[in-house]
Amino acid sequence: MARRYDSRTTIFSPEGRLYQVEYAMEAISHAGTTLGILATDGVVLVAEKKSSSKLLEQLASSEKIYQLTDHACCAVAGYTSDANTLVGHSRLEAQKYLYTYGENIPVEQLVQKLCDLKQGYTQYGGLRPFGVSFLYAGHDDDHGFQLYHSDPSGNYSGWKATCIGASASNAQGILKQDYTEDMDLKQAKSLAIKVLNKIMDTTTLGSDKLEFATLHLSSSGKVVYKLYKPEEIEALLKEEGVNNPAGTAAPTAATGAPTTNTVV
Amino acid sequence: MALLPGMQALFGIVGKDFVLTASDTTMARSIVVMKQGEDKSRDLTPTTQMLYSGEAGDTVQFAEYVQRNCRLYGIQNGVSLSPRAAASYVRRELATSLRTRNPYHVSLLIAGVDTKTNTPELYWLDHMASSVKMNFAAQGHAAYFCMSTMDRYWVPDLNIEQAKSLMRKCIEELRVRYIASLTKFTVKIVDKDGIREISL
Repeated sequence: MARRYDSRTTIFSPEGRLYQVEYAMEAISHAGTTLGILATDGVVLVAEKKSSSKLLEQLASSEKIYQLTDHACCAVAGYTSDANTLVGHSRLEAQKYLYTYGENIPVEQLVQKLCDLKQGYTQYGGLRPFGVSFLYAGHDDDHGFQLYHSDPSGNYSGWKATCIGASASNAQGILKQDYTEDMDLKQAKSLAIKVLNKIMDTTTLGSDKLEFATLHLSSSGKVVYKLYKPEEIEALLKEEGVNNPAGTAAPTAATGAPTTNTVV
Repeated sequence: MALLPGMQALFGIVGKDFVLTASDTTMARSIVVMKQGEDKSRDLTPTTQMLYSGEAGDTVQFAEYVQRNCRLYGIQNGVSLSPRAAASYVRRELATSLRTRNPYHVSLLIAGVDTKTNTPELYWLDHMASSVKMNFAAQGHAAYFCMSTMDRYWVPDLNIEQAKSLMRKCIEELRVRYIASLTKFTVKIVDKDGIREISL
């Protein structure tokens, strides 16, 4: 009976729900877990990669974490193609602002621009919503380091620590217990690894399954975006005592069915 | 406003934590002085003032357009544009206008205090969409007479009395040597507490 109200994105159901938006969020709940943690001196973004075939040529592109500007980056969960469109839009908006005002766009305004676009797709045009959720990490002079989450409805909020994708509620619970507001970046990185280790299948936790990025200030006060290389991730995992060399991950992943998902 | 475009005088002097601005108050058409007491400025934010001169009509139209947009930014985002960002925005508008059939013919001074750092800033912009950050500046013919005066006497971290004294020297220079009679000036001070008119 709800089916009658499914196909048009731009109408409410009798119960007052937007089914297309909810279905988009359902798609995201199957995506690779992505979490972000705000520290006193930076932000951490960690994400579980879904695509894991040995045949994949994964040298250049990122699947989960993207740099948006000099002072902001994001991690995605959902349809990669949708994510690419939105990341491109975000980057353009940030440069448009710089072009006009000669300054970096405040992080919240960047989030708002993207959310305004997403909201449009839930109200007019007759097109389906974007099937992506974002975690944004950024820094500006007004509010320092910030972490935001946005979903297909175009809603967003600021967070101290949050998680999206598969097992998100699980991870969120752990974060709620273990997060403290005075954490520095080192502790935040450590917590991120710890949480992922708990919710991911332990035998699959390796540098080939993770994307890891941080945002912090250099000694001269410039924002530094660091996307970790596989060997740097391995080192981190080793420090936390959860190290599994890339090779041992193979048995659980390669179960015959192709693992290149569109929803990552 | 004036027959000769340069006949309007605008001044700006950066002090320790304020900017002192002055604009002449004469409104003239051809050989007739229509009015005295015109304030040739608009406030872009609570701590940033923009003084304008140039072609009649263009000036107020452009100034109010920019003022409304700066105000809208402040309302939408809960925080005002910094002087640097405001100047950048204004310059961008002038640059777009320049490549149209009928560009805005305005010269501007933007004086403001960045509330985050409490530093005063002064920007000189012209109708060719150039923008320069300066410690002291003038628009119009007045610049030919008074830049040398300010060159001679400006030092960093002026207090209000010193800045007023320098401004008086500039206006006196015009009174003695400039052909147009610019008798009355609107003088304002821009600091972290706002923009207010003072007398020299």
